[in-house]
Amino acid sequence: MKASELAPNLRVPVITKYVPEVLDRIGNTPLLKMRNITKGLAKKVEVYAKAEWVNPGGSVKARPALRMVRDGMKAGKLGRGKELIDSTSGNTGIAYALIGKILGFKVNLVLPANVCKLRKGMMASQYSANLILSDPIESSDGAIRLCRKIYSENPDKYFLPDQYNNPSNWAAHKETTAREIWEQTNGTVTHFLAGIGTSGTLMGTTRGLKAMNRNILSYAVEPAEPLHGIEGLKHMETSIIPGIYEPSVFDEKLSVKTDEAYKMVSRLEEEEGLLVGTSSGAAMVGAMRVAERLDEGVVVTIFPDSCEECIVAHGEF
Amino acid sequence: MQITVRVPTPLQKITAGKSEVFASGTTVKAALADLEKNYPGLRERLYGEDGELRKFINIYVNEEDIRFLDSENSALRDGDVISIIPAIAGGR
Repeated sequence: MKASELAPNLRVPVITKYVPEVLDRIGNTPLLKMRNITKGLAKKVEVYAKAEWVNPGGSVKARPALRMVRDGMKAGKLGRGKELIDSTSGNTGIAYALIGKILGFKVNLVLPANVCKLRKGMMASQYSANLILSDPIESSDGAIRLCRKIYSENPDKYFLPDQYNNPSNWAAHKETTAREIWEQTNGTVTHFLAGIGTSGTLMGTTRGLKAMNRNILSYAVEPAEPLHGIEGLKHMETSIIPGIYEPSVFDEKLSVKTDEAYKMVSRLEEEEGLLVGTSSGAAMVGAMRVAERLDEGVVVTIFPDSCEECIVAHGEF
Repeated sequence: MQITVRVPTPLQKITAGKSEVFASGTTVKAALADLEKNYPGLRERLYGEDGELRKFINIYVNEEDIRFLDSENSALRDGDVISIIPAIAGGR
């Protein structure tokens, strides 16, 4: 059976109208229960994932992008003709571009040239952002460095939210994602996992959940290999470590191989009817690894985006 | 015969921090095998357990993706530049 037949209401929202009300639809995403891939687990173990592609812009990144923009405006760093600039491998860029289009500021995005065509198209054609491409051989770290260089040459022209080092990034998740998970599970959540890129989702959601119940255990999901194929995630040991990343916040790190993540993407489509991106596949590999250890518990993770086209389009920049 | 190989940041631990290294060989396959002699560990990063190049890694000869040439059997000439480029970008 095709995924679209199993889950007809969970298609990706690609076209968004540029009205201010769109921003009110960021957050409050569905919490999906895994019903089939969980069949071998103990009876009292439940596994859930937040369907973050329902956000305007199609990913979890709408949350931190909006918060960083609003905090920047409050602090007087954006507005009065200033332009936004930041480095991104895709989803944050799409979110900035959408928000910029609605709130009326120009958005410049520095991204590695190997970001897939679909994402580049969404950012540039659909939401009118200016794309600056960095050397793909340096991956996202090259984009970070180029962005800093452009900003430092003209600091008065730009607002640089700097998603890797901006506390507003994780604060968005502490206040929204964590609260939603708590309410949607009626406070029964016992384990939380998220993949780490900027680490904002993991840092903020973990802090929020542990504030409500300090016994909740939190896990970082990381690519097992330095050179990997899990879009959006970072292998911390071989990357520029984000300033907001604090290993003491979570309890354990789980390494997931690219092949495992890809296989899980296929299983989620075939068994759950969900079309998710590779980072969601990695998150679910981690969630299942934790769930298999338990006799009872409520395990929650994040599905950052869908974008199955990016899997198909490997190698087409 | 000298081939320059551009190494992506995530693999530079293996090449002692160098972004460009040198290899010899008349095909891409031979050059990558030659590279493994000086930088052991590179091969297992590039190839899967099935012995095929991992699908999230793209290899270019000069400006051309080897998928559009003769894949790993693509011929090399003295002075050619091989680039190893991740198919995706990590970090959001």
